[in-house]
Amino acid sequence: MYAFNYHRPSTVQEALLLLKSAEDGKLMAGGQTLIPTLKQRLAQPSDVIDLGRIKELVGITEDGDAVVVGGMTTHGAVATSPLVEARIPGLAALAHLIGDPQVRHRGTIGGSLANNDPSSDYPGAVLALDATIVTDRRKIAADDFFEGMFDTALEEDELITSVRFPVPAKSAYRKFPNPASRYAMAGAMVAVTVGGVRVAITGAGPCGYRWTEAEQALEGGLDPAAIDGLTVAADDLNSDIHASAAYRANLVKVMTKRAVEALA
Amino acid sequence: MSEVSFKVNGSAVTVDVEPRTLLVDALRQNLGLTGTHVGCDTSQCGCCVIHMDGTSVKACTMLAVQAEGSAITTIEGLAQGDELHPMQAAFRDHHGLQCGFCTPGMIMSAVDLLQHNPKPTEREIREWLEGNLCRCTGYHNIVKAIQAAAGSAVSSPMAAE
Amino acid sequence: MTEHGIGARVARKEDKRFITGHGRYTDDINVPGQAYAFFVRSPLAHARINRVDTAAATAAPGVIGVLTGADVAAAGVGGLICGWAVTGKGGAAMKAGAHPILAHQKARYVGDHVAVVVARTYTQARDAAELVEVDYAELPAVIDLATARDATSVHDEIERNTVYEWELGDQAATDAALGNAAHVTTIEITNNRLIPNAMEPRAAIGQYDVGTGQHTLYTTSQNPHVARLVISAFVGLAAEHQLRVVAPDVGGGFGSKIFIYAEECVCLWASKKLGVPIKWVAERTESFLADAHGRDHVTKASLAMDADGTFTALKVHTTANMGAYLSTFASSVPTYLYGTLLAGQYKTPAIYCEVDAVYTNTAPVDAYRGAGRPEATYLIETLVETAARETGRDPAELRRRNLIQPGDFPYQTPVALAYDTGNYEAHLDTALELADYNGFPARKAEAASRGKLRGIGLSCYIEACGLAPSQVVGSLGAGVGLWEAGKVRFSVTGKLQVFTGSHSHGQGHETTFAQVMASKLGVHYDDIEVFHGDTDQTPMGMGTYGSRSLAVGGSALANAADKIIEKGRRIAAHLLEASERDIDFANGRFTVRGTNREKTIGEVVFAAYVPHNYPEDLEPGMEETAFYDPANFTFPAGTYVCEVEVEPDTGTVEIVKFTAVDDFGKVVNPMIVEGQVHGGLAQGIGQAMLENAVYDPASGQLLTGSYMDYCMPRADDVPSFDVSTTETACTHNPLGVKGCGEAGAIGSPPALMNAIADAVGTRVSMPATPEKVWQAIHGSAVAQAAE
Repeated sequence: MYAFNYHRPSTVQEALLLLKSAEDGKLMAGGQTLIPTLKQRLAQPSDVIDLGRIKELVGITEDGDAVVVGGMTTHGAVATSPLVEARIPGLAALAHLIGDPQVRHRGTIGGSLANNDPSSDYPGAVLALDATIVTDRRKIAADDFFEGMFDTALEEDELITSVRFPVPAKSAYRKFPNPASRYAMAGAMVAVTVGGVRVAITGAGPCGYRWTEAEQALEGGLDPAAIDGLTVAADDLNSDIHASAAYRANLVKVMTKRAVEALA
Repeated sequence: MSEVSFKVNGSAVTVDVEPRTLLVDALRQNLGLTGTHVGCDTSQCGCCVIHMDGTSVKACTMLAVQAEGSAITTIEGLAQGDELHPMQAAFRDHHGLQCGFCTPGMIMSAVDLLQHNPKPTEREIREWLEGNLCRCTGYHNIVKAIQAAAGSAVSSPMAAE
Repeated sequence: MTEHGIGARVARKEDKRFITGHGRYTDDINVPGQAYAFFVRSPLAHARINRVDTAAATAAPGVIGVLTGADVAAAGVGGLICGWAVTGKGGAAMKAGAHPILAHQKARYVGDHVAVVVARTYTQARDAAELVEVDYAELPAVIDLATARDATSVHDEIERNTVYEWELGDQAATDAALGNAAHVTTIEITNNRLIPNAMEPRAAIGQYDVGTGQHTLYTTSQNPHVARLVISAFVGLAAEHQLRVVAPDVGGGFGSKIFIYAEECVCLWASKKLGVPIKWVAERTESFLADAHGRDHVTKASLAMDADGTFTALKVHTTANMGAYLSTFASSVPTYLYGTLLAGQYKTPAIYCEVDAVYTNTAPVDAYRGAGRPEATYLIETLVETAARETGRDPAELRRRNLIQPGDFPYQTPVALAYDTGNYEAHLDTALELADYNGFPARKAEAASRGKLRGIGLSCYIEACGLAPSQVVGSLGAGVGLWEAGKVRFSVTGKLQVFTGSHSHGQGHETTFAQVMASKLGVHYDDIEVFHGDTDQTPMGMGTYGSRSLAVGGSALANAADKIIEKGRRIAAHLLEASERDIDFANGRFTVRGTNREKTIGEVVFAAYVPHNYPEDLEPGMEETAFYDPANFTFPAGTYVCEVEVEPDTGTVEIVKFTAVDDFGKVVNPMIVEGQVHGGLAQGIGQAMLENAVYDPASGQLLTGSYMDYCMPRADDVPSFDVSTTETACTHNPLGVKGCGEAGAIGSPPALMNAIADAVGTRVSMPATPEKVWQAIHGSAVAQAAE
């Protein structure tokens, strides 16, 4: 790790001021990606601003027909929250599949989404559940948030304060993990929302995306067989030593079908 | 340098570290608690698992400064004097360790599992251990040890089968 | 069997310190005033080193010194060696390229150690290392094993990148039998490259005492005495009597810590040169890059059989990747630990094997758990399985037809080894029964009803362990003898200290050896302490690898105990006023035969140290050392049966049952033996399904350089195992033991791969990733159509 200055603000306002005044500051949420990155000297921020003591960013609440998850809420807290389990069990199940238990105890939803690793799990939930990313300055619709590999709609100095998940009629996530890293090689979240069936894919492409053909195919009902007839183009999917694009294309179908089976 | 104060195994300590110092390095080097090990640099092997405020975390993926004000338990703090923690005893009685290097993290992780899930199934144990690598045991006897510590009836490898 | 003696399931003595966090591994040791080393490693696979500019790094905060390959050369420091000179076809000498402890003029793999920065803190060393400027001229990287011999020279002076072309067996007889065969099965097969990944990364502390001239090296070694020998006699850093090597608690080895590495030598050398003790601890990234890797063969082989399925000949051609330099025992792995094992458990009368060993711009390749024997077993058991399927025979019955029978021992194979004993059909039968082989068709049908493909696979392995008769290995080019030594020392109060030249890094010597001593001498287990790992404290030994510790080191200790008993007999005879011939020893008591007159061993030991009433011509004291040179290898063997279920839509393989039946000869601690098998099985399953070291074929960058990309077996990748043993005692060592450390890793890959082939109807290469299995099920045409 390169040397840096460390700050531990207690409010969002303070964090943003520190970030503004730093030469090349970096916000640290749970640190489960940032710290390994720093250890390998792949980043050299002048200042690390630790969001870990900002109480207003932590917690899970019910707000009308939505569950609101604070940006610094850990995966473990989402996975075991009675509220999430009661209202959006698919989201709790997804959070339970992120990383390993110790990573879940530190890693946060805000950090994960801001990083937008192509093989992370949360994009599946955010897109399929039509969540809203709430930042210190605005609200960003799920469909507008993920812009590319490690790229989001967030401004450089913007901070995720919470994520608002409208409660769906039902939802399910199925993930095929990379055997080595256990990140998603392909993950599919299928949700029946107020606006219809939404299908979100993560792990397979440069970032999470909605599979609109599948959504259309499922409009007539949650029939797993409806997925069979679809073709997944491998052209834009990731290909690496673990899986070809063609195999990922297959996994997209299989995981989607299994998620639909779970709902049917 | 930054002064960081926290509790380790019940004792209040203060260490003087650079902000970039990892918690595991503060434990090992500043405090001489070498039972917590470092086996990788990508947060996957779990040799460094400790408890912070009662929950298992990877001490290699935290800065020491983040521990300010917290209460930490390391493998050295698990036994009560000469009396082993039941999980430690189970690892010994079921031959859940060979070279011993992954063992502290494995035990700390397993103790946390039973805090969350007192009666885990074999599948739940194996899934919980995703963040703990062992190269010696094939996990077979680790799983048996955890089952035994959870009070499940497990045949003891010490008794002829 | 006593409560704690041979055959008892005893909790391990070493466990208390490990489960309480009080183990003492190299990185847990700190010596006063120690500085820290960080190595500058080549980012290129193959490059000339034009210049190394250390000025900026030397001036950085805390830096004590920066040393380069030029400094090593100027100081006349010797290089690392390969200790086994394999003679090739026509008597050609092996070509070993120079292996300096810091690369000089050329870097030969990504991770090659080019310079070292020594600083007050580790962070300072690492910070300063970024200031070392190396001017490289990149050369083409030689990565692909199949074409390496036609590529740029890795070592300028070595033609065609060829270390040796070696052969074994009767070529003419083999060719003749192949020509006359009723059926010939031919396969091309790759044994995938593995990265050992002991959980403790390598580490070292070098220390030089100006006052005494003594050097001390703490290092993560499986064989500290061999490290001392090589570092003194070849690298030339200290005279052997002035070098102490300590391998304290070592967190797993699996072969990777046998070897003498550059980093530990540099720490020792630089500690004297710079005048400070120097500590180095590998980051896992460095372990991936610079620990010796394992396996990495490509092979073409043919098995001939007659019309009734009797094997008549086996012909093998293997190209073995040695990496960029010849590591300590690298040359012996694809030859004497591979070619000699090609008979397997079968009476194949004619065998001919050729092995070409080649250099590439990759990390050195050397012994990794099993070392040569997994490669041989995977080859044989793939051939046999394929032959059975090609000719419509039951794989178990084809094996049975060709097994060496109990009446055939001692059995001389056509590839040099003479098996002393075994009963292969016994473990075959036991394994088939425990696996319910006959019930498999019903299980397959049931799985099919759930949409799963179920398969069953066998593996019958043999290994040569207990390395090894010194004269034999000497005649084959080994630079050392492969004996062991043990010392047994009673204290005045009857407690026992046991010193072994062997080393434990997970195997449990402190327990097993104490059990042997408890049985031999009748001393209570709790009154025995076993010491290992410190060259100043223990008798010389050749170390722990090749499943040899108990068979060779344990035998040395057993013989030392016999010397104690013989001396005790004389003392007891004196004390009991009887003839030595009339003294029996059992259960810790010397008894005058036919009487109830006796002396306990404690009383005899006391008399030896307080010799007031004592034989006149006998030395006082009770301490004996024995050296043991084995008369033959030992030959553990077994049968493994694996059953899998495959998900057709993803290619995911689940191991639903794994049965291992091994013949390890006498078993001292069944609990420990089972643990060794469990661990070996997981490593073999890792090789078969998960693990693969991949270099980019163009750049030579290691693409699997962390646990993000190198797939280690995790708890949910493996099942609980069904393990048991059958027993034929080794005929030529005093304990009747054979060794159990590697069997699991040797026998399991073919069992699993054969099960997958059975499930999906076609063979898949290792590792059988979900994608490969999916493609096997759906055909590459389907897979490509999806692209």
